[in-house]
Amino acid sequence: MIKLNKINKSYHTEAISLHVLKDIDLEIDEGEYVSIMGASGSGKSTLLNILGILDNYDSGNYYLNGSLIKNLSEKKAALYRNEMIGFVFQSFNLIHFKNALENVALPLYYKKVSRKRRNIIAMEHLDQMGLKEWAHHLPNELSGGQKQRVAIARAMISNPKIILADEPTGALDSKTSKEVIKVLSDLNRTGITTIIVTHEQAVADTTKRIINLKDGRIASSQINRAL
Amino acid sequence: MRDQFQEIFSTLSHNKLRTTLTGLSVSWGIFILIILLGAGNGLKNGVMENFEERAVNRVTLRTGNTSLPFKGLKSGRNLQFVDKELEVIKNEVAESNLITPQSGNNQTISFGSEFGSYPIRGVMPDYSHIEKLQIKPGDGRFINILDINNENKIIVIDKKIEETLFKDKSAIGKYVKVGQLMYKVVGINTKKEGWGGPIAYIPFSTYQSIYNPSKKFNRIIFTVEGLETKEENEIFNESLRKDIASSMSFDADDKQALYINNSQEDYIETQKIFGGITLFVAIIGVFTLIAGIVGVSNIMLVSVKERTREIGIRKAIGAPPMSILKTIVLESILITAIFGYIGMLAGIGITEAANFMLEQAAAAQVAGEGPQMSVFKNPTVNLEYVLISTLILIASGVIAGYMPAYKAVKVKPIEAMRKE
Repeated sequence: MIKLNKINKSYHTEAISLHVLKDIDLEIDEGEYVSIMGASGSGKSTLLNILGILDNYDSGNYYLNGSLIKNLSEKKAALYRNEMIGFVFQSFNLIHFKNALENVALPLYYKKVSRKRRNIIAMEHLDQMGLKEWAHHLPNELSGGQKQRVAIARAMISNPKIILADEPTGALDSKTSKEVIKVLSDLNRTGITTIIVTHEQAVADTTKRIINLKDGRIASSQINRAL
Repeated sequence: MRDQFQEIFSTLSHNKLRTTLTGLSVSWGIFILIILLGAGNGLKNGVMENFEERAVNRVTLRTGNTSLPFKGLKSGRNLQFVDKELEVIKNEVAESNLITPQSGNNQTISFGSEFGSYPIRGVMPDYSHIEKLQIKPGDGRFINILDINNENKIIVIDKKIEETLFKDKSAIGKYVKVGQLMYKVVGINTKKEGWGGPIAYIPFSTYQSIYNPSKKFNRIIFTVEGLETKEENEIFNESLRKDIASSMSFDADDKQALYINNSQEDYIETQKIFGGITLFVAIIGVFTLIAGIVGVSNIMLVSVKERTREIGIRKAIGAPPMSILKTIVLESILITAIFGYIGMLAGIGITEAANFMLEQAAAAQVAGEGPQMSVFKNPTVNLEYVLISTLILIASGVIAGYMPAYKAVKVKPIEAMRKE
């Protein structure tokens, strides 16, 4: 599903040049449940952004579902994101003046699905997350766990091949964290490739493979025997 | 499309106060543009109408006293036209078209016990076209060539004279007494005369036989064709003066021997002035509008800045750049179009109200005494201005929205979402 070949990425500022990712080689198969761990500055977020086609890389090759993702036009990148990838963020990133239903339905707006139809689909997804009653509430009327579940529903609505979650539990307490992780692993069980970036060992331990990043290199990639 | 507008409306209504304040600057811009154009038009219409009460391409010749000696003739001679000068203009002045001599004096006109003292003018049939007299259907006719040939004793009187002498009855076919002679009334002129009040017209030949046995006269009015520019008119005036000077034996440099009043020249001049005024007014209006557009653009920039995060999220979940661009530009068009229209309607409302009041005032003036002179008339804007304004509004929206939209498209989703 995902194949990275000698990926390099540097950030250049006026003062310093930062080599964030160094010759990253990585393969993730369809249906895998992977966590990426590392200290802050290890490059894990950058890696996720490249996987999510939110950022470019300097050299190497990235194949997503067989197609080379390299120097894409903004339009092409947006299309891939819309069709292949569902994002879950630490800070939820819901649009604050849209209610839960509208937030969930938004990716379908960019797929040119009619309003009526996308609201029906969005309601189904909210229902799966147990949030049917909260459909018409604005994000600031929801708890953190509810917000993240709305965000997951939004990530799922366009039937992506991959879920990319960037510190999905970073802003949640341990109880709601567990709920959210359960939702993610349940999704994985339905066959969706799931990649979680986290620095919490407890979260990583729930995944089937743990990749450790250190100073821009993959330090280790282990199958989680505990499961 | 409808979906897109719903999307935009939800954003705009989320920022009501800001949207309104921004929009008002555009309203004001268009409002001022319409008012200024209306006022400019009003001034132009008013002054131009005063011109157009008579033929615009009109040249009036009036004889005076010579101030220079010429070929042994003393200065100070009193000059008068004879028929020869009419022939000179008809035959040698290629640009001349309609022509009439004019003689006149004051006479008492009476019918029964009613009477009044009025100017009487002896003129040719062309006079009616040159001065744009109005003889309405049922009000008879003007002097014709048969009247001239037969020296008929017929008269065309002013509506005011008819009212004075005949009260409510029609004067057509009746005989009035002018001095000691009886004239048959053949026509009623309803055009309001300029300075000097109501006038009565009789055939030139009749006039000359009765009041001017010398057959002399001191005024010729004719129209000219094909003179487009001020320069052409100046050259024409010069050559006309020479032709008449040689016919009447006076020095062509003698300005007091012959007065030439070329209204075409004035008309061209005035038109130029109004062209300038319209341009000036349009420039002021357009700059006011530009100020409004800059305002909208500025606010849209702020709005894009504020919504960086939202735009980032939209991009992350798959909004193509075109969609972001379209949304911002459409938002901008919507603001400028809606508020622009409000401003435009207000402007049109004011100009139409002013027009209505002026028309009421003009109607009151027609009923009253005195010549009809107004500087302002119909201070409104044409439909084409409205259509052009609409296009300007939409174009303004695009211009105002483009820069901010471009900024929005450049937003990188990761950076946008990192900001908290």
